[in-house]
Amino acid sequence: MKRALPAIWLVVLLTIPLWLQDQYILHVLITTGIFIIAAMSLNLLLGYTGQLSLGHVAFFGIGAYTSALTTLGFDIELFGFRVVHQPWPAIAGLFVGMLVAGLSGYVIGRLSFKVRGAYFVIVTISFAEVTRLVALNWVELTQGPLALTNIPPYTLGFPGLGNYTLWNKAAYYYLVLALGLVAYVVISRLVGSRIGRAMIALKENETLATSVGIDVTRYLVLAAVLSAAMAGGAGSLYAHYLKIIDPDIFLFIYTVMMVIMVITGGKGTLAGPIVGGVIFGFLPVILRPFAAPAVQWILYGALMIVIVFMLPQGIIPALQHAIANWSGPTRDRSGALLAGSAKPGEGQ
Amino acid sequence: MTPTLGAAGDVVLSVAHVAVRFGGLVALSDLNFKVFDGEIVGLIGPNGAGKTTAFNVFTGFLQPAAGEVRYRNTLLNGLKPHDIAALGLVRTFQRTSIFACNTVFENVLIGLHRRGRSRLWDTLLALPREKVAEAELANAAREILRVVGLEGRAQDTAGTLPYGEQRLLGMALALAAKPSMLLLDEPVSGMNASESAKVMRLVQTIRASGVTILLVEHDMPMVMQVSDRIVVLNYGRIIAEGSPAVIQKDPDVIRAYLGEGKKRA
Repeated sequence: MKRALPAIWLVVLLTIPLWLQDQYILHVLITTGIFIIAAMSLNLLLGYTGQLSLGHVAFFGIGAYTSALTTLGFDIELFGFRVVHQPWPAIAGLFVGMLVAGLSGYVIGRLSFKVRGAYFVIVTISFAEVTRLVALNWVELTQGPLALTNIPPYTLGFPGLGNYTLWNKAAYYYLVLALGLVAYVVISRLVGSRIGRAMIALKENETLATSVGIDVTRYLVLAAVLSAAMAGGAGSLYAHYLKIIDPDIFLFIYTVMMVIMVITGGKGTLAGPIVGGVIFGFLPVILRPFAAPAVQWILYGALMIVIVFMLPQGIIPALQHAIANWSGPTRDRSGALLAGSAKPGEGQ
Repeated sequence: MTPTLGAAGDVVLSVAHVAVRFGGLVALSDLNFKVFDGEIVGLIGPNGAGKTTAFNVFTGFLQPAAGEVRYRNTLLNGLKPHDIAALGLVRTFQRTSIFACNTVFENVLIGLHRRGRSRLWDTLLALPREKVAEAELANAAREILRVVGLEGRAQDTAGTLPYGEQRLLGMALALAAKPSMLLLDEPVSGMNASESAKVMRLVQTIRASGVTILLVEHDMPMVMQVSDRIVVLNYGRIIAEGSPAVIQKDPDVIRAYLGEGKKRA
């Protein structure tokens, strides 16, 4: 039963575009999926190495802008030199976006070696704000508040089948699902491995981790790079799906959204960001018929407070705990039964 | 120069003219001593004598203001704790130090970090190499748990263990890091007699496997029984050094511990 569950989920997820008629719901599924990938990447840093990055949206935005600019091309003047970039295929943008986001993750990771805790949080917030200001003011490159528009969709080349451009929503849904699965598998393999154990050790007790020979900086930087590259990939998906991005993509509220998804779902669990992402991705859809936007935000905040207050560890750990408690007594009972049957034997 | 009792071998740890100051406070001044291969050396002294500070200097958690520490001829000054652990000089901590949220088994697996050799790509692509490496680590972890006597606790959450077993797990973690020299910071503090006896046997087993041991401990019967040689610190300097029998009779040591009393007629 436990093995069948992921397969059932996969079948449900794979067939959604076939039976779902409402294009708006499909759109919400796609954007939610993109934000779940971003939340999963944040979870790698926050949930497993214990570093709270409140500038995570910077990596998402860097991925989005880099991918869009790689695809659209640019012609700018930099330090007196003219830099011209001819448009590349959109799918190359995805990889360049991940690469550049990963590099900025490296810089932030190295910085975090010097500053931890609250200072790291401040560094990351500042970093996100700087990237937003650059996107807003470097008009020649980013069009500033006018936004980058007409970002083309991805074109996937299948050997022997020709090229396929992702024009419709269903195709994007499958792409997001596929990349989401890749991200999930990458994170699950990582955290179950020697590398993941080093990260968890660093979160729980840094001094002890170094005393057994774990190079803390190395694993922190590794986590930051992987997390940033993943967030950059999600940003690229976002840019090419919406076909337009503006500097508002770097707003603090998006980071908060990712953090909320991770914390409500359960940080440091594989399914946490997915559960949290689905809840907060679909909440506006569910509330829309009943409540005005302002009321929606109030309910949104109230729900978050309730969840964090009632289940401080998050939904997934609370569920695991409940299941353990529920199956625990039966195990004890069988144990007691065994002990009971052993006693007469002892007497003889 | 340095008296070697009960052990003859190469110098493993050599501490020369080490000084540590915290602001105006002198925590260690001109510390000089050597530990030889295969020895169990007890480092004792009253509270605040500088024993834990010395441990922190040897393992890279503190940098000395002066002097040098060498481990098997490698200068340790300026090295990071994980580099020093990689050289085989591994410590335990005075306070309980375990990964409380993980299981006992996972704790030891974390400790085995240095013995693992899987790379990022092996892990991400789940190569057969990765599975072999993980299986080897799991076997090594079971072996270490057997040595310290925690095999029955493997799947328990470390934070739920009773105090004595948490301390044993701390030693298991250090052993997992494959030390050639182990620094034990008060391994039996707060333990009852039977737990202490268990730790003492474990210390001897570890030494028998070829690991040199430097031990900080307040439990005098244990130190006297287990150590080949004892170094006594007071106010950041060494006041005596020698075999347990010599130390027990040393007037400076008695004065440091008991103060200067009136001589009885």
